[in-house]
Amino acid sequence: MAGPIDLSEHENAHWEWQIDAMVRLALAKGLISDFAELRDGIEQLSPEDYKQLSYYERWAKSLAYTLVSKGAITEERLGQKVAAIRARQEAEGLR
Amino acid sequence: MSEPRFVKGQRVRIADRTPPVHHRVPSYAKGQVGIIERVCGMHPEPERCIRGDGKPFQRIYRVRIPQTDLWRSYKGTEGDKLEIEIFEHWLEPAE
Amino acid sequence: MSDHDDHDHSRTFQPDHPEPTSDAALVGLALREILIEDGHYTAEEEQAVIARMQGASPENGGKIVARAWTDPEYRQRLLENGAESIRELGFELEPYEFTVMENTDDVHNVIVCTLCSCYPRALLGMSPAWYKSNSYRSRVVREPRTVLSEFGVNLTDDVDVRVHDSTAELRYMVLPQRPEGTDAWSEENLAALITRDSLIGTQRDLVPG
Repeated sequence: MAGPIDLSEHENAHWEWQIDAMVRLALAKGLISDFAELRDGIEQLSPEDYKQLSYYERWAKSLAYTLVSKGAITEERLGQKVAAIRARQEAEGLR
Repeated sequence: MSEPRFVKGQRVRIADRTPPVHHRVPSYAKGQVGIIERVCGMHPEPERCIRGDGKPFQRIYRVRIPQTDLWRSYKGTEGDKLEIEIFEHWLEPAE
Repeated sequence: MSDHDDHDHSRTFQPDHPEPTSDAALVGLALREILIEDGHYTAEEEQAVIARMQGASPENGGKIVARAWTDPEYRQRLLENGAESIRELGFELEPYEFTVMENTDDVHNVIVCTLCSCYPRALLGMSPAWYKSNSYRSRVVREPRTVLSEFGVNLTDDVDVRVHDSTAELRYMVLPQRPEGTDAWSEENLAALITRDSLIGTQRDLVPG
């Protein structure tokens, strides 16, 4: 962790803007009451996840964890949706 | 809106606790003594937000700590400081 | 726009935007589709948020700094109450306590959020990748002078370094020093001098010309 700092620039991909917007909208719409809920979700990530996931991947997982914990969505439905996206990507030759 | 418990310039000690939920005190700051650099406003206190105790507001203070107190072989001057924001319930008066 | 159209926007990814395929990113995309399907927000609202966030940039910081350099009373207000003074110039801010730290001949300020990379994105745009990195966040608090030298900022011992860790609800911006030889400059030209890194504190000297 404590090593030379990589100074290269990184433009957000479109999906990263979408994750960012989703977090802001979740807050604005009252799905989460405070940013603190999300930061708690980040701290719940496994050490491997925390090290390996990119910034927006961490936020995505954290928001999912938070909303499942609150009962706003179910883990089953999330899993089904992930499987559907994966299948579509395979069909479209993206994987 | 409550009266601030601490004033600018006052010496304070940051508590050394590890609550099970997300808390905003970095480990390097726990147990450290610093001075109040400024009294800030009232903000939702994250530990209670996460435990679902509504959105209680608490005062934040900026605490200034000499770097030479924080790190054993600090490379820099005696005047170098680290400044962090701490919620009131993490602070106690220090001599 | 009909519900059916919203549904389509949520499901089909726009063809000109590359898709991520990692497990975690798919969780994010899946979550997004569910939230849109359930009516928590619309694709249009999403676009509006993205457009607003994409509109934010260090240029906003440049305008604020240039005003502070040319108007001493504004500068005082900015240092005392950052949020109010920034809103005075017409910028929208999220409800954080905005704090501006001025660099002087004796003091250099640098900002970090060790816990999670907090940054005033709605005002200044996206934070740099390095700002979010584990190595910046862990090293700049412990060895700021070494880190700063890696950014090309070499400080002598008569300058003190203050590291500001954005641990709670405050957001920060550094007010850099006005460079020599710019006394006759317009606010517009002064604003153009300011860089993203000078507002974070990983750049100290701004170079005119």
